[in-house]
Amino acid sequence: MNYFSDLLSTFIQTIVDVTPIVLILAVFQYGVLKKQVPQLKEKAIGLFYVILGLSLFLLGLEKALFPLGELMAEQLTAQEFIASSKAGPVDWTSYYWVYLFAFAIGFSTTIAEPSLLAVAIKANQVSGGVIGLWGLRIAVALGVGFGITLGVYRIVVGDPIHYYIIAGYILVVIQTNFAPKMIIPLAYDSGGVTTSTVTVPLVAALGLGLASTIEGRSPLIDGFGLIAFASLFPIISVMAYAQIIEYINKKVNSGAQ
Amino acid sequence: MKAFFQAMLASFKDLLPIIIVIAFFQLMVLQQPLPNFIEIIIGLLMVVTGLTFFVFGLEKALFPLGESMADAFARKGSVFWLVMFAFFLGFGTTIAEPALIAVAAKAGDIAAKAGAIVDTPESIESYAFGLRLTVAFSVGCAIILGVIRILKGWPIQRVIIIGYILVVVMTYFAPKEIIGIAYDSGGVTTSTITVPLVTALGVGLASAIKGRNPMLDGFGLIAFASLLPMIFVMAYGMMY
Repeated sequence: MNYFSDLLSTFIQTIVDVTPIVLILAVFQYGVLKKQVPQLKEKAIGLFYVILGLSLFLLGLEKALFPLGELMAEQLTAQEFIASSKAGPVDWTSYYWVYLFAFAIGFSTTIAEPSLLAVAIKANQVSGGVIGLWGLRIAVALGVGFGITLGVYRIVVGDPIHYYIIAGYILVVIQTNFAPKMIIPLAYDSGGVTTSTVTVPLVAALGLGLASTIEGRSPLIDGFGLIAFASLFPIISVMAYAQIIEYINKKVNSGAQ
Repeated sequence: MKAFFQAMLASFKDLLPIIIVIAFFQLMVLQQPLPNFIEIIIGLLMVVTGLTFFVFGLEKALFPLGESMADAFARKGSVFWLVMFAFFLGFGTTIAEPALIAVAAKAGDIAAKAGAIVDTPESIESYAFGLRLTVAFSVGCAIILGVIRILKGWPIQRVIIIGYILVVVMTYFAPKEIIGIAYDSGGVTTSTITVPLVTALGVGLASAIKGRNPMLDGFGLIAFASLLPMIFVMAYGMMY
């Protein structure tokens, strides 16, 4: 167990990942804008923090949470466990622990997602505090939890993915007409930020485990698609969050008169 | 130092739900003890410290950098260079994205099994690389589209709804094996470093341009970056 050398190699890998971004920024900053970066030293330190933080974060997840989470996804989807969880023949209701796990893991990993935290911080600044850090993140996390649960149900029953996605799109379009205008761009964005470093590995393990234990599913084809659910439903839940806030505010205002 | 501990406490709160979920399922549902308890504690400490550093660096480097560059481009007033910058930011951050590399490799296997390409390592690799290029190119185009939307002040829902219609129409024509991958590729493109930079770029542009509202116009770049790859990947599947 050599944490230091593991940390070093993760750190180097993160630097390799970040290099193209830094190069592009540098070329445009010095080549096109032809300006010095204000407070360059401070920004270099900040970038170092970002890379160090990301390396520690990824390595810690890899050491502590991912093996356990992946093992649990395997055990929960194993045929013996499913068969023992309910008397009688196995049907889609036998998977209730899997649904609960899907929801819980979708919700909790989204709360810890660094890119969602970044967008929430920015949205909080831009909206002057109207959009709370936790309100937005809980709304997104509920959407991801619900989306992944539905995606798991789809793998269990074997429906084609596009029916669900198209139904989701229709809901998004309808909601867009009724949601407060200010929230719409942020809601659309929250679909894309939910699934990165934390959520993807655990959710992929769950999808793969399910698709390989259920007869007639192919891990290659049915294992995919959970991420699509996780990026669609937050759009709906964030718009719903804004609609609920607006409704409550209206009620409070009319009650005060 | 005090600020650092407060930030660490906040990071710990962010992680608490995962800890509770895993402990609950392990102890109550699967009824098994936690293996390697010490290793898990060390790992959690690393995650908490890492998240704390990340948030510190975010506010010190990524946000101000993205915003000052957006501001400088708006002052320079050259749409051409802004569009070039948008494209390279999208393309450059996506092509090396580890999650995308993993998904593309799997997609190559699927295509080979389905008989869309010859089942040799070389053809799988070239299919996977083509897919990566396609996704990176589509993210580049998405950021351009998003920047143009901010410049013109188009309402975001119109552009997104047109995108949805395209996705739905193409779903009926694309080969069945590519659909799941195409839908997923929208989600995997936006990495932890790209998101803060792109968000700061959008908000910075919308703040610098007169008549634009950072809340209404600044957000939405990531939405395009997750929509366009779906369309481009299905097109890629159709061409093969």
